[in-house]
Amino acid sequence: MNRLFDWLDHRTGYRSLVHEALHENVPGGSRWRYIWGSALTFGIFVQFITGLFLWMAYSPSAGSAWESVYYIQNEMTAGWLLRGIHHSMAQLMTVLLVLHFMQVVIDGAYKAPREINFWFGLGLLGVVLALSLTGYLLPWDQKGYWATRVATNIAGVTPLIGPWVQRILIGGPDYGHHTLTRFFALHAGWLPGLLVVLIAGHIYLFRKHGLTAAEPRRKADEPFWPDQVLKDAVASLAVMAAVLVMIFWPRISGAGGPLGADLSAPADPSELYSAARPEWYFLFLFQLLKYFPGESEVWGAIVLPGVGISILLAMPFLGRWRLGHRFNIVFLATGLAGAAALTLLAWRADRLSPEFQVARRMADREAERMMVLAGSPLGIPPSGGASLLRQDPFIQGPKLFAKHCSSCHRWGGEDGQGGIPRDPASAADLKGFATREWLAGLLDPARVATSNYFGGTKLSDGKMSRFVRKEVSRFTPAQREELTGVLAAISAEAGLRGQAKADRRDAALIARGREVIRTDSMRCTECHAFRKADEDASAPELTGYGSREWLIALVGDPAHARFYGKRNDRMPRFAADQVLDAESIGLVVDWLRGDWYEPGEPHARASH
Amino acid sequence: MAACCAAVAATAAAAVPVAAGLGVLTDPVRRHVGGGGFLKVATLAALPEDGTPRKFPVVATRVDAWSRSPGVPVGAVYLRRVQGARVEALNVSCPHAGCSVDFDADRHQFRCPCHDSLFGIDGGITDRRSPSARPLDALEVQVREGGEVWVRFQNFRAGTAQKIPIA
Repeated sequence: MNRLFDWLDHRTGYRSLVHEALHENVPGGSRWRYIWGSALTFGIFVQFITGLFLWMAYSPSAGSAWESVYYIQNEMTAGWLLRGIHHSMAQLMTVLLVLHFMQVVIDGAYKAPREINFWFGLGLLGVVLALSLTGYLLPWDQKGYWATRVATNIAGVTPLIGPWVQRILIGGPDYGHHTLTRFFALHAGWLPGLLVVLIAGHIYLFRKHGLTAAEPRRKADEPFWPDQVLKDAVASLAVMAAVLVMIFWPRISGAGGPLGADLSAPADPSELYSAARPEWYFLFLFQLLKYFPGESEVWGAIVLPGVGISILLAMPFLGRWRLGHRFNIVFLATGLAGAAALTLLAWRADRLSPEFQVARRMADREAERMMVLAGSPLGIPPSGGASLLRQDPFIQGPKLFAKHCSSCHRWGGEDGQGGIPRDPASAADLKGFATREWLAGLLDPARVATSNYFGGTKLSDGKMSRFVRKEVSRFTPAQREELTGVLAAISAEAGLRGQAKADRRDAALIARGREVIRTDSMRCTECHAFRKADEDASAPELTGYGSREWLIALVGDPAHARFYGKRNDRMPRFAADQVLDAESIGLVVDWLRGDWYEPGEPHARASH
Repeated sequence: MAACCAAVAATAAAAVPVAAGLGVLTDPVRRHVGGGGFLKVATLAALPEDGTPRKFPVVATRVDAWSRSPGVPVGAVYLRRVQGARVEALNVSCPHAGCSVDFDADRHQFRCPCHDSLFGIDGGITDRRSPSARPLDALEVQVREGGEVWVRFQNFRAGTAQKIPIA
């Protein structure tokens, strides 16, 4: 064996290389305070390893980036762990970098002859932050997409070259395939390459000038191996443990939720994403911009950070004077405190903003829903994941309702998205529309004229309302029982998914109810048509009441003779007047009817 | 002692990302192709009565990692009438290395354009020096009502003498 190593050493000289690497002198002996550089190197090693493996499963294009990340996260073995490590380590490295930097400044490790190494270090800091910024976009989810739009628009305000820089960065006039290919090439090629060069220079210069020993020295000098290496290895293990704690935090804290890095809904330029925020360590810059109105943004985005960076670069020269070194420390402390204060202000502003909270909830809801849809038996279509969300009643229904219906109607007292509209309700509350419970309320003398039903409309004192208040209130117990059957029969017309079981169970009751309607003992068909053409009908048809077809027709044209005719109160004719297209009406109707894909169904409903 | 501990700690720290990465890297080994059912490929009327093989695309739902595309070609087969309404199906992939074989109508045989494997009209090996270790892969066929020809489409491992389905 020894002869083999001798042979190898003769050809390569590896022994002197290993000796050089491991027997570096540590003045004053090994200490825990020297671990930061090694911990960072370990962090970079982990990012390279995890990044290369992620690369093997990632697809950088607008139609497949989110989908491939979804697949890594949810389908591939240990994919969530791999993503989690890469994501959490990026966060932790930012903290480690700041700590390392603080130590260098406080110890005056930037002083001659180490100025150039200090600049290498600053360059490394810049590259690592650029890696975070470019990596944030790669999943092509709503969060990364909107945050990157903001970041690149800020680059666009740079005087003179801004618009070109922006266009070159995003690869065209708008965000798309080439934004991803460029960001990916930066993230996985250019920047890591630059990082390697800078680290090589950083370590070479560090070795050339030796460690900046912290005084007073407690022990005699020692070689790097093994004591300092042990401390560095333990530090690396601690960093890895911290990363694992970050990944498993939802379990450890009991908060629940997916492990690893988040993945919001796929990027969609047509879906505003008000919850867009940069990574927490850029939040102070984000907050800073709020104080620069209009075109003065360039001061907050470019000039002020530029001045700060210039002072950092000048630190080795300033540090030549006693006072200068103090200035550097105070400057760094003030800068960090300022950044911390701005970060807190940004957090606080979001916590206190009801709009942000709603946006956040909607974003979480969409992200969760996306996981359900992508995991359904129909899977992700070739057109990509975003189309699943665009065609999903569960997500689009409430949005459409809030926008087009909630100025008059309510859904459980709200606008469908959890907000409370400013104006009071002036039409029926549609939560549970056409269910037996909802119909029971309509036929309840105490409720028919309240704002949950006809209260806010001109039908408040119409025939139906009067019939319920005057006649139904005097029903005998036998008639009440008949009414239960009638309600079940009308509700069964809707064919609601949520009531399918009850409808099957109560087939006899429903059949009796239909008979009661047909024989007109309850006077329904005096005004309503049921199961046969009726030219004299003056109220909404009961055939197919609440079914998909019936509701689409009603929303499309409530003033049609089949529904309210001339009696239609202010409800717009959504299809007839081209307020909404057929797809949107279908989505809101499906949502009102509780008809959307639920996990665990053998087959997702084919889209209508 | 310190040296030993340093080696253990460093290895443990590095093992976590490497293990996660290997999980993702080797994921394909744990994946299985779905399907395996009969697919409608053609009708009897589309097959020449004289028993000349004809190539047809096989259209099915293709699941490719995250995307699921219904109604796309997933492969092709040669169909040939034998004795009236009986039909034989051969996968077009050469069992040698997976090139798509051509039918040479003049010589009445299949020939692989890559390494010149020759197969008879029934798919059998006709050349003793054939690079292919086995005949063309026959597939199960059903002729259903209305003359519909349904094939149980499968791919098999290349280069082996035995016909081993890719699962």
